[in-house]
Amino acid sequence: MTETTAPTPKRGVPLWAQIVIWVVLIALLVLVGIMLGKRQQGTVQPGDQIPDLTLTLFSGYEYEGKSEVKISDLRGKLVVLNFWASWCKPCEQEAAELEEAWKAYEGGDQVVFLGADYVDTEPEARAYLKKFGITFFNGPDMGTKISQTFRISGVPETYFIDQDGVLYYVKIGPFVSVDEIQSIIAQKLP
Amino acid sequence: MKKVYSILTLALILAALFTQVGLAQDGEVTDNQVNAIAKQLYCPVCENTPLDVCPTEACRQWRELIRQQISEGMTEQEIKDYFVANYGARVLSEPPRTGLNWLVYILPPVFILAGAFFLFRSFREWTRPRAVSAGTGQDEEAQSVKDDYIARLEEELKNRK
Repeated sequence: MTETTAPTPKRGVPLWAQIVIWVVLIALLVLVGIMLGKRQQGTVQPGDQIPDLTLTLFSGYEYEGKSEVKISDLRGKLVVLNFWASWCKPCEQEAAELEEAWKAYEGGDQVVFLGADYVDTEPEARAYLKKFGITFFNGPDMGTKISQTFRISGVPETYFIDQDGVLYYVKIGPFVSVDEIQSIIAQKLP
Repeated sequence: MKKVYSILTLALILAALFTQVGLAQDGEVTDNQVNAIAKQLYCPVCENTPLDVCPTEACRQWRELIRQQISEGMTEQEIKDYFVANYGARVLSEPPRTGLNWLVYILPPVFILAGAFFLFRSFREWTRPRAVSAGTGQDEEAQSVKDDYIARLEEELKNRK
């Protein structure tokens, strides 16, 4: 007589559980991919339309008496948006040049200079503005929203936006002269 | 009379306690007080370095701001809220429990539990004594040949009798 036993049924992970696990894993990978893609995009590129942004302004640096300025309100004007910080040594190299360049356009209504103070404290920022005698419109980049929109890689960085709200030039690092600033502006002035 | 003494003693103790609290608040803000909050924050300029140990000028300024805010009587939560409002939620060492941030809190425990469950199942399978298997097709064929042989053998033995 021989003795055999019935085969034990193989117990595996239920099909529904396998589907859930794979869906979750794939969704996670897609999410990580999107995040990494965003991080490696670099700064916004010339030719890109700038989304509407609002810069809160320091008191004493208001635009037409308003404590904040919308980029969309500046359509028809050329906007020079400069990111800076009081702790940034290279920013000090260009501070005087920016102010001098601004003085050349201050009387007209074709060009607006905006300073966005990046990850800074207000007392230090104000001391910096006073030290370099800066008079153009300036304010903190609240919540770092503007710098995140432009995906800045550091400070100083300056973005030149034309009269239609399209970015046409990006300057990474400090300007070396007033002429450099003015020549970039002149590209879009009639 | 005893009652009066007790009340006076209690009043003195309470007065002493409140005076101490007052003195502590009036005194200078210590580095430990600043760092207790700073270690919960990260400056966006120096990623992955907690504010309490970050050596950059930007972080030094932030610590000074925290010191000033503590001396003004702001609570820990108020200071953190100020930093979030000014520099964004990414300055927090613990992401706020909103939106996609929930994944950070939910997924790791889920994966750990799922991993533990599969490990448990696998170990149980490995340690279970194996039953005699029904065998593959070759085994069945061999068994069948063997059965024939035994049947013939038994038949012959019966005939000899």
